[in-house]
Amino acid sequence: MTVSITAPPGAPARRGPAPGPGSDPGPDPRLDLDELAGLRTVPARHPWRWGIGIAALVVLAQFAHGLATNPGWDWATFRVYFTADTIVQAVGRTLELTAYGTLLGFLLGAVVAGMRLSRSAILRSIAWAYVWVFRSIPLIVQLVFWFNLSYLYKRFGIGIPFGPTFGDVETGGVLSALGAAVLGLGLHQGAFAAEIIRGGIIAVDAGQREAAAALGIPRWRQGWRIVLPQAMRGILPAAANEVISLLKGTSVVYVMAIGELFYQAQVVYGRTGRVVPLLMVATVWYVLLTTVLSIGQYYVERYFARGAQRTPPPTPLQRARAFVRARPARTPAAARTPGGRS
Amino acid sequence: MTALAKPAPDTAAPMVQVRGLHKSFGQLAVLRGLDLDVPAGSVTVVLGPSGSGKSTLLRAINHLEKLDGGYVAIDGELIGYRRSGDRLHELKEREVLRQRTDIGFVFQNFNLFPHLTVLENLVEAPIAALRRPRAEARTAALALLERVGLADKADAYPRQLSGGQQQRVAIARALALEPKVLLFDEPTSALDPELVGEVLDVIKDLARTGTTMIVVTHEIGFAREVADTVVFMDGGVVVEQGPPAEVLDHPRHERTRAFLAKVL
Repeated sequence: MTVSITAPPGAPARRGPAPGPGSDPGPDPRLDLDELAGLRTVPARHPWRWGIGIAALVVLAQFAHGLATNPGWDWATFRVYFTADTIVQAVGRTLELTAYGTLLGFLLGAVVAGMRLSRSAILRSIAWAYVWVFRSIPLIVQLVFWFNLSYLYKRFGIGIPFGPTFGDVETGGVLSALGAAVLGLGLHQGAFAAEIIRGGIIAVDAGQREAAAALGIPRWRQGWRIVLPQAMRGILPAAANEVISLLKGTSVVYVMAIGELFYQAQVVYGRTGRVVPLLMVATVWYVLLTTVLSIGQYYVERYFARGAQRTPPPTPLQRARAFVRARPARTPAAARTPGGRS
Repeated sequence: MTALAKPAPDTAAPMVQVRGLHKSFGQLAVLRGLDLDVPAGSVTVVLGPSGSGKSTLLRAINHLEKLDGGYVAIDGELIGYRRSGDRLHELKEREVLRQRTDIGFVFQNFNLFPHLTVLENLVEAPIAALRRPRAEARTAALALLERVGLADKADAYPRQLSGGQQQRVAIARALALEPKVLLFDEPTSALDPELVGEVLDVIKDLARTGTTMIVVTHEIGFAREVADTVVFMDGGVVVEQGPPAEVLDHPRHERTRAFLAKVL
């Protein structure tokens, strides 16, 4: 008698523990795979997934309903002030602060990141100290400091260090409130930007720089042409975060009485007492600006991703166009035309 | 030490001269007084167990690795140092970079620039390091791509190519500088077996045209077929060297025999 691995035709098939009543009789050793071709496949059902999804939608609908019907939101006032001149001007001021802060911050950040990666121990130490100091001081504290700079340094001059001065002016004349705000935002941003840029650079495979060095490519060009474009992929998502948080961070500048969005909203509700609608005005503007920045981020990232994937995925716009174009093909008339792409 | 004397194909000084190379990484001495001469137009294949210092030797030759002792000269020019009187001055990076344009280097992992197209990979160094006009560099690059059989891939990005194709691009990129010597650091080790042949064919083709080459590899068959000299390294020194028939078939040293027994 030989031992057979497959069960004899009449014997019950081997089962897992505790088979439920009425379940199918386990793997049949004589399963005919060819026979399966004609059968209909029934997708697995997920009742809980649907249930939880619908419950979440109900909660969301309730919130949306509240937004629309609760008189506290006071949408009429919102409409009046959303496009009011003072608010639009304040949005411009917010954008101005963001742009200058980003520019100064990332310029400083690039320089500091370069210093931290340099082979000079002195530059490395200075850069480390800069990052240490400006990451440590809360932005709002720093802004108030700059605002009061003229208390510390009455006059501002250019000359030989520790030596004679060629000429000087009053600090208040050089550093307006706006200048102080941009300086504060930029210095604060620079510390974070430096670390983001440095992070992107050190994430690039060391073999890239080595290959460039082996080819005799000059050092600055190794960085600019070979390393930095690849580092950008790592830098961009974090950098976009920083720009967006700077955009919102400009609201802190209200302490310096600069007419940016949040300050202006406060001025209006201080006068009219309509706090909530004015906060909504500021909120919606911030969301709009962030949306624009996020869309910009998508396309910039896409540009720096070239070569990273075998075939770059279509943009949402391209996808939408392809979808629209694909539509008519589904009608019977179009389906008959030859050469239709799937 | 074995005698370095070997009937040289020409009477001129060797293209690559290596004397008393020392290099340690921390406590680990990787090169321990290595000497090597590579005649112009010859192919030298370097064999040896891993950790024997083969890659470090190549990286020392083009000064990617700073030396603890010893000297390297390419075509009579000291690499990384300048002699004035009885002193050796360490060269500035810019001068070392210029010297490297005479030394082509092909990496195990290709190290192509992934964000640049194949053509841009090839013209980058001639334009940036040799200050060639772009059009001229482009023409030369297209001819090189033709030579490695990838003329149709000029506008592709490296990731769109197979490993073998990428390594052939990397070889073309090294050739674009018209170097005096080509160094290959295990050029086929990162490749699938069926892609090894196409890369070796390109290298063989270069060997026929008289390019001076030093090839670190584990492909014994390639060494037998192409090498003028086989160098066996172990423990940071050259254990023995000679024509492939000698070193591969009648090794004189026990260590060489033990190594070949394992890889053949």
